[in-house]
Amino acid sequence: MTIRGLSTFTWTQGKLYLREPLATFFTIFFAPLLLVLFGLMYGNEPNEMFGGLGSMDVTVPAYLGIIIVTVGLIGLPIQTSSNRELGILRRYRVTPLRPLTYIVADVTSYWVMALAGVVALVVVGKLAYDVRFEGNILSVLAGFTLSTLAFLAIGFVIASFAPSARVAQTVGMVVAYPMMFLSGATIPYELLPPTVQRIADFLPLTYVVRLMRGLWVGEPWSDLWLEVAVLTGILVVCGAISARFFRWQ
Amino acid sequence: MTEPVIAVEALEKSYGSVRAVDAISFEVAAGEFFGVVGPNGAGKTTTIECLEGLRAPDGGRVHVLGLDPRRDGDVLRQRIGAQLQESALPARLRVGEAMRLFASFYTRPLEPGAILEGLGLADRKNVAYANLSGGQKQRLSIALALVGDPQLVFFDELTSGLDPQARHATWDLVRDVRAKGKTVFLTTHYMEEAEQLCDRVMIIDAGRIVALDTPAALVRALGAGQRIAFGADGMADDVIRALRAIPGVERVELSAERVVVYGQSDRLLAPILEVLQGAHLSFHDLQTEQPNLEDVFLALTGREMRD
Repeated sequence: MTIRGLSTFTWTQGKLYLREPLATFFTIFFAPLLLVLFGLMYGNEPNEMFGGLGSMDVTVPAYLGIIIVTVGLIGLPIQTSSNRELGILRRYRVTPLRPLTYIVADVTSYWVMALAGVVALVVVGKLAYDVRFEGNILSVLAGFTLSTLAFLAIGFVIASFAPSARVAQTVGMVVAYPMMFLSGATIPYELLPPTVQRIADFLPLTYVVRLMRGLWVGEPWSDLWLEVAVLTGILVVCGAISARFFRWQ
Repeated sequence: MTEPVIAVEALEKSYGSVRAVDAISFEVAAGEFFGVVGPNGAGKTTTIECLEGLRAPDGGRVHVLGLDPRRDGDVLRQRIGAQLQESALPARLRVGEAMRLFASFYTRPLEPGAILEGLGLADRKNVAYANLSGGQKQRLSIALALVGDPQLVFFDELTSGLDPQARHATWDLVRDVRAKGKTVFLTTHYMEEAEQLCDRVMIIDAGRIVALDTPAALVRALGAGQRIAFGADGMADDVIRALRAIPGVERVELSAERVVVYGQSDRLLAPILEVLQGAHLSFHDLQTEQPNLEDVFLALTGREMRD
């Protein structure tokens, strides 16, 4: 296995992702569209509830969570289970392509796709609502990367146990959609009733949203240690579970 | 004497209480075209998967190109090519992309363009896998098996589901693979395919080896010999006697204007014709039947080998 193999495989996986119209829509166009829709309803006037920030200022970093959960819990499990169901993974197993190379290439291509969605979201937010950004780009990128890896790891766990692509799709959606609404990713945490806020505290996506919103306004990493710890924990535990239970055929 | 390319000793594999492969042993020499035939569920695919390292045997020893497929899989997979049964590619992956992708996995790949050319796929480079015909998909799977320039190629049920014309075309391509000096290991449940292609054939049934030899030797060992049948009017006893006297003829059966001559030699036809013409007998509907692997399987297992 060569570096050429890794780069060719990553590139191919990326191209195949972009050829799935639904996956491309939900990864790259869905969050910006949602942003425009809610922007028309709420605008971006400074609001006491958000500490003087506008609705769009807090929505853009929160929507990163929507992109991450879509790629990690819906995109990856469906694609991976379907590749197994069709014997594609088995075919790769009789070539010199190593399992680790496959995982690295796969994760890289999903990360790039999610990043493309983030870029589209931020560009739309900037042009349409002139959203404020007070953080550090590298910190935001690091936080986004940690969050994406954690959710891809959850996705691999779903793909490891799902007996078919259909089941993977169902499980992914059942887990992802309620989480989008209960975690503060779609509706800001501050607007959720107290009981829902208590539920939110148990959802992995809540920690992505808090981390991204924090880093977006320049909060120091030291104030976000809980979020980082939770996401790192998810990454390690889910990574270990998939390494143990992932099936190639 | 060089080392065998494949050496299997007492290979065993069970799924639950089912013994898929039951203590089979065999060797395949370099440059040989080796076939495994048997009905569905006989253990063909399990055997091939143990050789490819896709499955861990429960017992016995497996060496492929001198390597242990489970332990030295990474080294081994650089040197083998494989076509798998029931294995697809991503629907939207194009032929040319698939070839470049698989080429990138190997340290010394062949030129993808030349392989596609040889398999008649050069004009399909930009076609997505999902839009290929069944025969084209099989040809692409051969191309992908060859792109790493392997010493040993596995074909598992290569022509299943193809129509007879595509099957015969595929045979020619597989013969070319062997002609390039590669060792070929093929499984099939078409007896004719094994007979046409293989130097040696291993017949397995319910996980055990039933027979292992060249197709010709298997047929000879059956002892069924040749059968020549014809219809004739007014057979006289002396003609029957003359037919029985032909060297190699074992017996002659006479039934309702039809004569059947059984014999061990494959040179019975000329002397039979001589006898008939000598007696000025008019005959019609002459048929000769050579036993084939199908008959061998029937004789060895007591069952018909049909798909």
